[in-house]
Amino acid sequence: MPPAALFAHQHLLGIEQLSAAEIEHMLDLAEGYVALNRHAHKKSDVLKGRSLILLFFETSTRTRTSFELAGKRLGADTINISVQMSAIKKGETLIDTAMTLNAMHPDVLAVRHPEAGAVNLLARHVNCAVINAGDGSHEHPTQALLDALTIRRRRGPIAGLTVAICGDILHSRVARSNMLLLKKLGARVRLIAPPTLLPTAVETFGVEVFHDMRKGLAGVDIIMMLRLQQERMAGTFVPSQREYFHFYGLDEEKLALAKPDALIMHPGPMNRGVEIDSVVADDITRSVILDQVELGVAVRQACLEVLARNLPALDHNR
Amino acid sequence: MPTPKPDRSPPGRTAFINARLIDPESRLDARGALLTDGKIIADFGPALFNNGVPEGVETVDCGGQILCPGLIDMHVHLREPGHEHKETIATGSYSAAVGGVTTLACMPNTKPVIDDVALVEFVQRRARETSLVKVYPFAAITRGLAGKEMTEMGMLAEAGALAFTDDGMPVADSLVMRRALSYARAFDMMVSQHAEDLSLTGCGCMAEGEIATRLGLPGIPDVSEAIVVERDIRLVELTGGRYHVAHISTALAIDAVRQGKKRGLNVSCEAAPHHFVLNDAAVGDYRTFAKMAPPLRSEANRLAVIEGLKDGTIDAIATDHAPHDQESKRVPMERAANGVVGLETMLPISLELYHAGLLGLIDLLGLMTLRPADLLKLPQGRLRKGAPADLVLFDPERAWTVDAKQFRSKSKNSPFDGRTVTGRALLTMVDGRIVHRLDG
Repeated sequence: MPPAALFAHQHLLGIEQLSAAEIEHMLDLAEGYVALNRHAHKKSDVLKGRSLILLFFETSTRTRTSFELAGKRLGADTINISVQMSAIKKGETLIDTAMTLNAMHPDVLAVRHPEAGAVNLLARHVNCAVINAGDGSHEHPTQALLDALTIRRRRGPIAGLTVAICGDILHSRVARSNMLLLKKLGARVRLIAPPTLLPTAVETFGVEVFHDMRKGLAGVDIIMMLRLQQERMAGTFVPSQREYFHFYGLDEEKLALAKPDALIMHPGPMNRGVEIDSVVADDITRSVILDQVELGVAVRQACLEVLARNLPALDHNR
Repeated sequence: MPTPKPDRSPPGRTAFINARLIDPESRLDARGALLTDGKIIADFGPALFNNGVPEGVETVDCGGQILCPGLIDMHVHLREPGHEHKETIATGSYSAAVGGVTTLACMPNTKPVIDDVALVEFVQRRARETSLVKVYPFAAITRGLAGKEMTEMGMLAEAGALAFTDDGMPVADSLVMRRALSYARAFDMMVSQHAEDLSLTGCGCMAEGEIATRLGLPGIPDVSEAIVVERDIRLVELTGGRYHVAHISTALAIDAVRQGKKRGLNVSCEAAPHHFVLNDAAVGDYRTFAKMAPPLRSEANRLAVIEGLKDGTIDAIATDHAPHDQESKRVPMERAANGVVGLETMLPISLELYHAGLLGLIDLLGLMTLRPADLLKLPQGRLRKGAPADLVLFDPERAWTVDAKQFRSKSKNSPFDGRTVTGRALLTMVDGRIVHRLDG
């Protein structure tokens, strides 16, 4: 099979459009980069001569750094645009921004935006490849891929594992992308949250819903904690931080109900003492939170590589 | 009358002989006897003590009167903490014991509001120290009853709050109500609504209609209640929550609950005795003792409440016992406080439905025992071996005249003062201890 057939998309907008085979292919590719990234010499020329623009309409530390490192290690010219310094602050519309950048002929745009669907909209107005680096409460495909790689490296095949996703599902793009990916790869998915933090009709994803964390964690292989934002704790979605931690915070007592070797994951940034107890977060035998960050770079390298294959070929003889 | 201190010595064994046993759960209605041992019902039935009562057991000869589960009043204002000049847990519980009420749920609109675990624990401690009957606090739905931020419902439930209500204040904001119904579901807890659209109520102080117009008083329309109940039932459909309407009083709202039940929703409601024996004519010559929220409504609404009790739409009779001092009531109608006391008249006023042939005794007693117990998931409210020994012995035919001055409640604001009623509690037992005897 020609490599391009293994990933048949111009953009990476979400997990929803991907097949299980495409996901597995990207994870396989990422494995190679994990090994390479641990060497002193990390550089390759897969994206030599290509330009990657990072366009972040929301603050980010790990995702933006991870994309930038991924691009640079592949030999791309990487440009960072943050909203604070750009024309967007002067009132430019999203589509105008897209068309302006497109006129400069970049090869790949990685975009994060606070509103769901904004990245899809932008992708319709450019010729280059677009990667969704997180749009509102919709999708965050590279996070789901790096989570899958983390699980696969620690636990082998994802099919048949039971994964609990806990916390603010309602507002979480990480939860949506992970539900989709894990189901495509054959995992059993449980959602654990108070009813006020669950979106309507979420059962249609083929997941099991629990409001009681103790019941939801019983016998799970993987626990994915989600961040609860401060503004959601003041009596609107949940009564208080203290009550949230009491019923939905991952502490040693609740962790004991999962499988003895269950892994703990968190997409970051963590609120220690809100959704996760420090002791649990720092438990090096269980917590793979820093592995997730490490593998994030490799996964983004794999994403850039598969998208680059579908770009118009560079004429190296000119 | 000084309020007696609760007896906390271990209860012994008591034999009730020569009783007419009525149990709404098994629908038993038969002559027989009952034995309590410690805090529980040890045995009962027609054949018990056929060979005599064993030695050393205290015996109560019931004289053929009715022995049934003690009454449960799921809507009581005890006013402690904060308004102890109107009522305390001690005086309210004494009033309950005299009325045959062995379990009551107290409302959180105290000062401070019961919206925090520490307040639930305060009420529980004061009840342990001073109450003759079982007292279970409801906690607020929103902090300070302000209708904005949810209380810590999970921790309040763990501390022993029986349900949630902002009683006295409705939860007006639909989003807050949606989230409260939804969040409470995680703990399988009931949310009870004081159903009133305050903007429609305005400055109304009695039911809108002919009498209000003649008296020149601003009225409250029936839809003030019905609109909130109808909205809430839509929200129950959306959230799958457990919803209860406190002191329901209009045909429109009762019908909304009836339809909600038919659609299989988890909705329930309670009605107060004053709403099924009185109508707005009782306001008469500006009687502030006939002012309460919701107000006494039209005769058609009164009949609708009775219909709701008969067809099962209404799940419980609850008094909305609301003590007020003289000064809160000895003012012009519009400025008078809302509310009437009810614990000591609950049984005879409710029995009026039985004496009028509207409800059978078992069904009527079920509305004051088994059905509120089931709503609140309490083990009492039934005659069953091993169930709590909470009992009332009463004479359904004893005629007497209500004299508010004789009430054990601190407050005397009853619309039934001077009314001749039929039926009276003779003896009340809580956890195997006799807490009240009518004749000494």
